[in-house]
Amino acid sequence: MSDGDGVRPGGKLGLDPVLVRRARELARRAGEPVVELARRHTTVSVERAVLRLAGVSGADPDGIPWVNRLVDAVAADVGLAYGVALPVFDAVVREFGPAAGRSGDLGAAVTLLAQKAAAGSVRFEVPSGRAARSARAAARRAVGAGLRRIDRRRAERERMVRRYGDPPRRPWIYLIVATGDIYEDIPQAQTAARAGADVIAVIRSTGQSLLDYVPEGATREGFAGTYATQENFRLMRAALDESSRELGRYVRLTNYASGLCMPEMAVLAGLERLDMMLNDSMYGILFRDINPIRTFVDQRFSRQVHARAGIIINTGEDNYLTTADAVADAHTVTVSQLLNEYFAHEAGLADWQLGLGHAFEIDPDLPESFRLELAHALLARELFPNAPLKWMPPTRHMTGDVFRGNLLDGFFNLAGTLTGQGILLVGMMTEAVMTPWLSDRDIALQNVRYVLGAAGGLHEDFVPAPGGFIQRRAHTVLAEAVTLLERIVDEGLLTAIGAGTFGITRRPADRGRGLEGVVARADGYYNPATELLEAGSRTGGDAS
Amino acid sequence: MTGGPVVRPYGDSTGDGMVQVSFTLPVPHDKRAEGAALQLAAKMGMDPAMLVHARQMGDRFTFFVIYGRVNHLVDLSAVRVVERDFPLLSAKEINALIRRRLRRKLSVVGACIGTDAHTVGIDAILNVKGIAGEKGLEYYREMAVTNLGSQVSVPDLVAAARAARADAVLVSQVVTQRDAHLHNVREMSAAFREAMPAGRRPLLVVGGPRFDETMAEELGVDRIFGRGTTPREVASYLVHRLVAPAGTGDGEATGARSAARVGVSG
Repeated sequence: MSDGDGVRPGGKLGLDPVLVRRARELARRAGEPVVELARRHTTVSVERAVLRLAGVSGADPDGIPWVNRLVDAVAADVGLAYGVALPVFDAVVREFGPAAGRSGDLGAAVTLLAQKAAAGSVRFEVPSGRAARSARAAARRAVGAGLRRIDRRRAERERMVRRYGDPPRRPWIYLIVATGDIYEDIPQAQTAARAGADVIAVIRSTGQSLLDYVPEGATREGFAGTYATQENFRLMRAALDESSRELGRYVRLTNYASGLCMPEMAVLAGLERLDMMLNDSMYGILFRDINPIRTFVDQRFSRQVHARAGIIINTGEDNYLTTADAVADAHTVTVSQLLNEYFAHEAGLADWQLGLGHAFEIDPDLPESFRLELAHALLARELFPNAPLKWMPPTRHMTGDVFRGNLLDGFFNLAGTLTGQGILLVGMMTEAVMTPWLSDRDIALQNVRYVLGAAGGLHEDFVPAPGGFIQRRAHTVLAEAVTLLERIVDEGLLTAIGAGTFGITRRPADRGRGLEGVVARADGYYNPATELLEAGSRTGGDAS
Repeated sequence: MTGGPVVRPYGDSTGDGMVQVSFTLPVPHDKRAEGAALQLAAKMGMDPAMLVHARQMGDRFTFFVIYGRVNHLVDLSAVRVVERDFPLLSAKEINALIRRRLRRKLSVVGACIGTDAHTVGIDAILNVKGIAGEKGLEYYREMAVTNLGSQVSVPDLVAAARAARADAVLVSQVVTQRDAHLHNVREMSAAFREAMPAGRRPLLVVGGPRFDETMAEELGVDRIFGRGTTPREVASYLVHRLVAPAGTGDGEATGARSAARVGVSG
């Protein structure tokens, strides 16, 4: 965060406040039509997330979650244009009586209904009149209970942070573990926390983002990562609670609200008190070929849940620079950050929840590459003074020469502390070689500790010369970002994505994975979660 | 032996045989741990071995750095390597070759066939995200990539290849239970042989961690890639076979389709 680094209006870069305002205004105009689109559609995953909030859990003997079975059954009988809540809770009231779950567990009743539906013994219909009113009331009650569970987990986090404390300095040190086996991940995560990691991210198994269901239970085999499941979330959070107690600082846990199950991941993260979630507005579109509309609908819902759960999102701008040129296309990062900020605020997230991403990916052989990095990093810092920016290490120019890689990571760490980044993902000298060994992580953490220890306060003295190289570069990138935003506003964001504006890839709105799970909402569409979340964010009023 | 093709590691003078290794042992740091590290170094042929750094990590691991001399000799004349039979090109070179020689996008269709739901391999090769720091084929501007995903039936794959006018079909197989990967690939290559005449058939490329790279002919495909294959290798191979410059072995080089089909012997 920017407190204490002496940044005043105009900041260290002397950015033109009129241009900054214009950039935000353009991002809003580019984003608004997409939000409108998101309001007019739902997806299978949003509907499944509603059921998870209502307390439906577990899976059939084949491992297919009951939420999937239930959404599929409703879709087969009446479609999803009205949402699942009305048909499902209408059936609950019919099957179990109007007092269903009033005294007990409504979620259990719905899970039972899913089992009956799977056996073909329940027919769904869209209720009207009195039946619709009681279905709506039951749905609101069940989903409200789920949201209250999320609220309790948020309060629990706040209590633990008060008790154990936050990390003693910024940036927070963020480290990835991923063995594929949750029981192997746990000791590695605890070792990393002891060695100084403030945030543990459990990277997901390759390919999970393209699964249209969330696997169940504790898992011991994954490909280059560990499956994200509710049980794995719970196990890891419990282990890190133990570490937090031991270390006297609250150790945060991160996973991924991305891919085809983004809304469900957000709900599970809220229920299991995860602290951060990777949640980019365009990553799935660009890098996983997920349909753009599916992504924007899922993203909006997932961000509403994150806002409620007090979860910090991490956006994925670093990924653009792994495909596009980090100098020539630096402004696309700025544009995406502005869009991510707009979408996040619209969904109710506050500035402190915006871990906007960017990365140290300029070719180290380029003259003045480090000064360019500083200019870009400082630009992000000054454009988003209250966001805990996520600073991502070099990957593209890591060659397998571990000694050179360690040096490059040192400069990355230095840039991070000089420009006041909020979350620092620890770079590994073995990047692009293999998944890091225990010793690689230890060496990487020593690197971070040395740089933060030796130069942690250097940002106070680091004031780029007025009109100098760094200021000029930052102004150029901002100006290019504004020009690109103008084009996006003219063309429309979906057209721009289709034309390959970000990260080179072209992704037309009528193609991509998960399109079949997108449904236009009918007039009577009802989603108790959206209703309660939007009411909550209005009364909460913490969005700027 | 002077001038002979025998070498040993070079530290700071010819023939000193000095190497440096680092490793972790799952023990806390104490005298015994250091002794264990030196014993391991000795068994690795380091004599004398010098333990220059030891550092405990967590409560049950220690990291060691050891310098020492090895006595092993390497006879350069006895070194045997499997040479790649196509040049490894950069993304830029690959795009330029396609643009210059093909003058249209190179169409690639990929899938996991049969019941195999493990799209890890095909996604690593095709998705922009790629693997090991290398971007997948989607990243290549001059390639049009269709990734059909998992559990694609062979008839669907043939139909998709036809619709996309595929220059190459990439199939990934991870599951090897009851030799499913071999059966699936044979079925696939037979279906393409049946559906398309030799001259119009796309290049058939198969990948997976359990394949024997020498079995291509037996399975009726053009190439098998094993474990650790990167997207750039696949892209370089495709360009080599489909857009090969004149005189590199595939004969006609007037365009991908003719060049490729000449190379396919089935």
